Amino acid sequence: MSEYNLDSEKLKKLEAYIDGLKDKEGALINILHEAQDLFGYLPEDLQLFIARKLNITAAKVFGVVTFYSYFSMEPKGKHSISVCMGTACFVKGADKILDEFRKQLNIKEGNNTEDGLFSIDTLRCVGACGLAPVVIIDGKVFGRVKVEDVAGILKEYAEA
Amino acid sequence: MTKIKSLQELTSLRDKLKDSVINRLEATGGDKTIGGFKRELLVCGGTGCEASGGIDVVRVLKEEIKNNGLEKEVQVVRTGCFGFCEKGPIVKVVPDNIFYIEITAEKAKTIIKEHIVNGNVVNEYLYEDPETKKHLPKQDDIPFYKKQMRVALRNCGLIDPENINEYIAVDGYQALGKVLTDMTPEKVIDEVKQSGLRGRGGGGFPTGLKWELTKKSQSDIKYIICNADEGDPGAFMDRSILEGDPNTVLEAMAIAGYAVGASKGCIYIRAEYPLAIHRLRIAIEQAYDLGLLGENILGTNFTFHVELNYGAGAFICGEETALINSIEGGRGEPTVKPPFPAQQGLWKKPTNINNVETFANICPIILRGAAWFSSIGTAKSKGTKVFALAGKVNNVGLVEVPMGLTLREIIFDLGGGIKNDRNFKAVQTGGPSGGCIPAQYLDTPIDYDNLIAIGSMMGSGGMIVMDEDNCMVNIAKFYLEFTVDESCGRCTACRIGNKRLHEMLTEITDGKGTMEHLEGLKDLGEIIKDSSLCGLGQTSPNPVLSTMNFFWDEYVAHVKDKACPAGVCTNLLKYYITPEKCIGCTACAKSCPVGVISGEVKKAHKIDQEKCIKCGACAAKCKFAAITRK
Repeated sequence: MSEYNLDSEKLKKLEAYIDGLKDKEGALINILHEAQDLFGYLPEDLQLFIARKLNITAAKVFGVVTFYSYFSMEPKGKHSISVCMGTACFVKGADKILDEFRKQLNIKEGNNTEDGLFSIDTLRCVGACGLAPVVIIDGKVFGRVKVEDVAGILKEYAEA
Repeated sequence: MTKIKSLQELTSLRDKLKDSVINRLEATGGDKTIGGFKRELLVCGGTGCEASGGIDVVRVLKEEIKNNGLEKEVQVVRTGCFGFCEKGPIVKVVPDNIFYIEITAEKAKTIIKEHIVNGNVVNEYLYEDPETKKHLPKQDDIPFYKKQMRVALRNCGLIDPENINEYIAVDGYQALGKVLTDMTPEKVIDEVKQSGLRGRGGGGFPTGLKWELTKKSQSDIKYIICNADEGDPGAFMDRSILEGDPNTVLEAMAIAGYAVGASKGCIYIRAEYPLAIHRLRIAIEQAYDLGLLGENILGTNFTFHVELNYGAGAFICGEETALINSIEGGRGEPTVKPPFPAQQGLWKKPTNINNVETFANICPIILRGAAWFSSIGTAKSKGTKVFALAGKVNNVGLVEVPMGLTLREIIFDLGGGIKNDRNFKAVQTGGPSGGCIPAQYLDTPIDYDNLIAIGSMMGSGGMIVMDEDNCMVNIAKFYLEFTVDESCGRCTACRIGNKRLHEMLTEITDGKGTMEHLEGLKDLGEIIKDSSLCGLGQTSPNPVLSTMNFFWDEYVAHVKDKACPAGVCTNLLKYYITPEKCIGCTACAKSCPVGVISGEVKKAHKIDQEKCIKCGACAAKCKFAAITRK
């Protein structure tokens, strides 16, 4: 599998997952979920691998990856921060929370910090509107976040 | 596990298990040991409560029960969502029927010591009525629950969603048993038609009619799809149902399968709902183990299989044809209807698609009858509806009420009014496809048709309350930003039109708007509605058009006076120094990053409005409240 610039251990796992599927027709999105869980993101080589494995064009895979916001072609930081931008969070000032994170992390362009420790993005409603505004870091939900809380939250992760 | 081979076996299993949940169904006073346990502590295991410390609460309760040697008498049950997210985590003690709110790990210890061991209700942890200041121990006495009627959410907060036995104990799979042994598919469809149930996902299409159309299509294979792609921001009823009562959705899908002649089911669920996915997986596995899914269900020749498909963060996939394309592994772009999915859907086979909440109503309709269901609600909207109450309202959470309650009852009686005693300004219903409803319509009874008549729609049931601090132009811009992001780009009106709407709104909030902009918004909005292919584009201008309709003055203020009355649009704000209050300490001038504050020491300072970048640094530094924002 050296033709791909990818971690061969993870690639083996992915191949085993694909081979184990009963029905490959229509499984592309589930396969991409699995691939992103393993690799953290979906680089071009990985998309090419999946396309060849399923005997479909790389263009089709690329088209699907870029259509859905859940799939990312950029690597994420060690800690991934998602600020919920659902309506409930928005009316309670989620945009200001996002600005504060970007300011504290000194991210001006793109979504990653220079040291690769943090990446930040927004998502649409996690359905925890009772806790708005909501921020999710590495799967942990922080509710009722205030602008003043941001520095403290980041401190927890910067040291970890 | 042995498979259940007949309805009789299922019923006798239910009768055997009934005792295990009797404490929760009847207030027995806690003096008898029924169902093995004297007392049970029901802890909300929904996403909201778990995020606010519910996991720790469960751990501490279990530890303390063990420390007190009460494992045989008291058990902790992680149930689905109670709906009262504002006051979570919730712990309910049964059969005493005591409802504790905002429980922490520390408070959990006290509950075990005081309530469970010593038998004293801990008053401080009860809900306090904001008016009478009385502590209310019972769930039903709390204003938030008073007008509620739980049909779709009937098992949420009652049973452990990860244990199919508890579902069976509360008549689970009885409805499926009834249709398989006692009803023809025609009779099932007729019952659903008679009930008057309409789709809870947005459109409000009659469910029975949809089933009939799929049944009429001739094909060897047909599909049932459950649409669990709850993309509408601010709505979380489908997540709660799947997390709190996944089996009812599986059972209803099987009933639909029997009615239309389908043996395969597919649940299309958002990847953003990991807990719901986890519980669905468990429910599917347990249902297969007991033979309630799979081949020859309950000893009949009916077969039904269910599998999960994951969404990947595309709002448009809530649209039926887009959803089908996504399940087939492609881009989730909608296709032209007809053919409707009922004729040609998944893999070109007839397909029936219903949303989660719609399915959650099916089993009660079968068991209690269409006449019962249609006695609830209004003339054209039957039954109940779950609303996700969020935004600037005191009691955020999920409420299920009969159709026909007024907005005022929901927002003020159940919701407890507006946060921080601010004034109500509008309520947004129907998500990005809906509109903003102003105060003059607060007494409108809510049903599908009334909401459309006032320029909004039911949608999936999100209800976002806004107060006077929310700028309606900015809210419209927020929704357009969402639509521009989520438009699949297939048809021009939606792809380019919405972008233009968003640009115009941005210009208005930046202070560059003119009255022509307002005309343009209206014209373009109507064109997009008329010429888009799918529901997304046909409804995307609604937030703009409805806010323009009801809050015209606010739009005019933005373009004519270059002012934002709510004080939200930064570019329209100005910072002023009140000369009487300014002592000339120079702190503001030093903090100004662009150096546009001038003035001598100990004399009043001044901001150069032309050059001010409105960062607000000066106002934050001023210790004398001399700087105001207008």
